[in-house]
Amino acid sequence: MTLSNLKGVMMFAVLVAVFPLLFSLSDATSYYTDVMVFVAIHGIIASGLSLLLGYAGQISLGQAAFYGVGAYTSGIFTTQLGLSPWAAMLAGMLLAAGLAYVVGLPALRLKGHYLAMATLGFGMIVFIVFNEYVALTGGPSGFGEIPQFNLLGWKFDTTVSYYYFAWAVALLVLAVSLNIVNSRPGRALKAIHDSETAAAAMGVNTSKAKLQIFVLSGIYGALAGSLYAHFVSFINPPPFDIFFSLKVLMMVVIGGIGSVWGAFLGAALITFLPEWLSFLEDFDVLANGLILLLIVIFSPDGFVGLGMRLFQRISLWHGTAGG
Amino acid sequence: MDQINLGSQIVQYLFTGFTIGAIYALVALGFNIIYNVTEVINFAQGEFGVWGGLILVMLVKALGLPLFFGFFLAVGGVALLGASVYQLSIKPLRKPTVLSMIMVTVAVAIVLKGLAMFIWGKDPYAITPFIDAEPIHLLGAYIQAQSFWVLGITLASVVCLTYFYQHSVLGKAMRACADNPVAAGLVGISTNKMVLFSFALSAALGAVGGAIITPITLMEYDRGPMLALKGFGAAILGGLGNFYGAVTAGFILGLLESFATGFVSSSYKDAVALLVLLAFLFAKPEGLFGSNSRQND
Repeated sequence: MTLSNLKGVMMFAVLVAVFPLLFSLSDATSYYTDVMVFVAIHGIIASGLSLLLGYAGQISLGQAAFYGVGAYTSGIFTTQLGLSPWAAMLAGMLLAAGLAYVVGLPALRLKGHYLAMATLGFGMIVFIVFNEYVALTGGPSGFGEIPQFNLLGWKFDTTVSYYYFAWAVALLVLAVSLNIVNSRPGRALKAIHDSETAAAAMGVNTSKAKLQIFVLSGIYGALAGSLYAHFVSFINPPPFDIFFSLKVLMMVVIGGIGSVWGAFLGAALITFLPEWLSFLEDFDVLANGLILLLIVIFSPDGFVGLGMRLFQRISLWHGTAGG
Repeated sequence: MDQINLGSQIVQYLFTGFTIGAIYALVALGFNIIYNVTEVINFAQGEFGVWGGLILVMLVKALGLPLFFGFFLAVGGVALLGASVYQLSIKPLRKPTVLSMIMVTVAVAIVLKGLAMFIWGKDPYAITPFIDAEPIHLLGAYIQAQSFWVLGITLASVVCLTYFYQHSVLGKAMRACADNPVAAGLVGISTNKMVLFSFALSAALGAVGGAIITPITLMEYDRGPMLALKGFGAAILGGLGNFYGAVTAGFILGLLESFATGFVSSSYKDAVALLVLLAFLFAKPEGLFGSNSRQND
């Protein structure tokens, strides 16, 4: 990891650590801390899609499937087989990795629109299975009593303790993702994004690199799903529908394609948005769509890009004013 | 007895299959119309069907308009909606890439779904069939009269569309744009106008599908993505851009779904069309009847 990345992650970690303390005097503590747990969970799954979309240039409209596989594996393995949440989480990640491999192998040969539709169809099939395989998933009514994580006898059973746990995992994911971006595979992915033909000509095994990152995005999705299941302790199909896949896409695009930090920024915006717009009740769907539309049209590199352009313009203006 | 029962079941599934297949065919045609001129796959295609159905319900039930007027107004309204979708979202893209095109149409789908929820709420809406008739008893099967409307209107739409593309000046100009936009531009055809028109036409066909199926399946705000995916399945199965392929494939998908529901399991009926879609995308993306796809990569 480069020094600037390390500094960034450290500063972000400090910010995250003091966040619950900032609100500790008001009643809003558990409320904002609660939402921030979801920001961590969404940040993890969004980082996966960010690597896939921003670095490998491959789209997926089916990330909710991996999220669901993680959540359901966690739920089923702990409640029906009596496994520890850690083992269940690992099993979910392995299962999602296998699923991503099997689907990604044929799907990633497709391009653009075809890949988008294939992943959308994949997500919908998995969602149908969650609803219809009642014996295993409890069907539309779902099931509850999913136990909490345990670490050396310490249970993460309060919102604040789970907050620190979820963010520790999220920061780890952030650090790993930033590392991947700056590694040899990361540079190979960027080359694929710019031109797959050129990358292949330079000796990059493009199909292997794309598949690897798709599998990683599946693992991130399952990890996020496990964190979700053990946090809310109850699961049913709706959180894993295709609209969630589209929401993950929104997080990545709104934050800024091509930046893992952007994925976390987007996750925070999309997660807080319904809270801010709660006076609009169900109409945050409309707001979400409009924001995505405006971002894609007016600032295709998201808020991170918008911020960077503003910053450049200001420093340029300062430069000319000073000189 | 068993023989007769099986026979009547098959007749029942055939009619159900053709009825839902007709809708998939209309949505698939909508995909093709836009794809041929722009190479864009419009992810909001299913929303046009939802809007067609819901506007019809609103016009007929809330405003008390006769069904006939309501139908044409709904289709016309959605055609305008389709044109404005192009004007307001796809045209303003500064540097259109495949990724940004996908994201923009996905965003439009979300906006249209959100708007539909805003206007009509979350409840499904029913409407009486186009004519008030008893179900028809045929070889032991009961067939809703609306099924004949669905098939009739779909076939009429296909005939009109064929005539339009083969014989009208506008249709020929659109085909020219699909063949070679630069050459079409050189002979004075405004590509921009043709694209605008293809969005309107495509939306109108989707609205026809949504409006005619509403008496049978009801309509609600979030039906769009499934409608789009199955319609896209038909478009792929028939070969993307291939009009007759789309219609045939729509009926094939409808029949597959209906027979799978009857003989295998009704819980996974929605998965059938999606599995066919994935199988063809992975193994034979040019479809059964060959695709018009211009890009090989």
